[in-house]
Amino acid sequence: MLTSLTVIADSLPYLLMGTINTAGIVIVAMFIGLVLGIAIAVGLVYGNRLIRFLFGFYVWFFRGVPVLVLLFLFYFGIFTYLGFTFNAFFSVTVVLGMTTGAYQANIFKGAILSLPHGQFKAASALGMSDLQAIRFVILPQILRHSIPAWSNEYSIILKDSALAFVIGAPEIMARTQFVASRTYQHLPLYIAAGVLYFLLTWLGVSTLRKLEQRVQIPGYSHRGTQ
Amino acid sequence: MITDTTPILRVDNITKCFGNACILKGASLTLRKGEIKVLIGPSGGGKSTLLQCINCLVFPDSGTIELDGEPIALSSKPDLYRLRQQVGMIFQDFNLFDHLSALNNITIALRKVKRKSKQEAEERARFELEQVGLGDKATLYPAQLSGGQKQRVAIARALAMDPKVLLLDEPTSALDPELIGEVISVIKNLATKGMTMIMATHQISLISTLADEILFMENGVIVEQGSPAELLAAGNLSKSQGFCDRLNDLSDGGC
Repeated sequence: MLTSLTVIADSLPYLLMGTINTAGIVIVAMFIGLVLGIAIAVGLVYGNRLIRFLFGFYVWFFRGVPVLVLLFLFYFGIFTYLGFTFNAFFSVTVVLGMTTGAYQANIFKGAILSLPHGQFKAASALGMSDLQAIRFVILPQILRHSIPAWSNEYSIILKDSALAFVIGAPEIMARTQFVASRTYQHLPLYIAAGVLYFLLTWLGVSTLRKLEQRVQIPGYSHRGTQ
Repeated sequence: MITDTTPILRVDNITKCFGNACILKGASLTLRKGEIKVLIGPSGGGKSTLLQCINCLVFPDSGTIELDGEPIALSSKPDLYRLRQQVGMIFQDFNLFDHLSALNNITIALRKVKRKSKQEAEERARFELEQVGLGDKATLYPAQLSGGQKQRVAIARALAMDPKVLLLDEPTSALDPELIGEVISVIKNLATKGMTMIMATHQISLISTLADEILFMENGVIVEQGSPAELLAAGNLSKSQGFCDRLNDLSDGGC
């Protein structure tokens, strides 16, 4: 028992650095996914046939192939043939970002479709261009409505980021495994890793929950009788 | 209220089909400055589609639209955006932007479309809100307003763009009977100020008192057209008369 605690205490700074790396990967990946997701959702709803097909294919591909396979393809495959090499950190961030982009696209697409069409019509009737209507009327509303689903996506990507250990990105999982294989204290170390993931999830989800309340439209509450 | 004889809006031979269902089969109308035309007729007759074709929220299959003597090229997006800036529209279900306060519902298009400064836009928005009697509601959001108030904000929003023509698509149909009055008085106020309007409505008090001309639409064509005095004269056998009689049976107003 004592050794377990000492191992955790000794390796904590090392694991915490891993935690910061994990947080970095997830935050950047979620941001990439946000930008991609919005663009793809807008294309899927408002784009012409070609755009709908291309973006539809993107979503279909990234939802259909396991993250681990994508990671191997990206890190060991495609680009090495072209003479490029990327470090593990970069690879996992991009792969997770592109994957979550596909999932986020469907979150935003659903939110756009659930908005009454009259919102777009009213914007058009005032002389706004299609892009202005999307930028100033559609997106501000659907992004608010998407926060709960988006926080799901955050927690999923956070845990998917553990796959980064297979290509050696220095995040929580890789570092835990590294210490465990040297100290043979597997159980306490993996419990510690679990706790770190839990804390990151809790931190992110509760921040997003606060954001959701902060940007709530006045008078728009869906609570029942008050 | 006719002040000028040159047509400000000319809509010629508009057709629109959705698949096999032809909603408009060649509707034409001309509107002079300050004139008010009222579209009546049974549901599904094409009133709403005609109004939405005029500012191309629904694209006509064929026909021409001319605003202030200038033909609108339906294939050119900038042309369309310019047309819509000059033609205001009031919807049956208000369509206020739910995420913006009453004030910002009005300023958004002033700032983004007309490129006015924030201060200038807000001044104009406050003025328009005063005009519809909602000067004290500027900071409230659509979900915090009653139906009548929402429609008045929607009217203020349209007017702030200085439209040459205002299209009203059943502006009182989604309102409770006791809230209709406030919207009607705003519309009547617009009429006395000489606003050019085309309005689809079932509201008898609007039809008889405001209309310079009644257009009766049925099955995608305008089948009758004339002043209320002609069409609604006692003993007249016009469709409009019959239609208003039926509306009369449902309410206390006089047609």
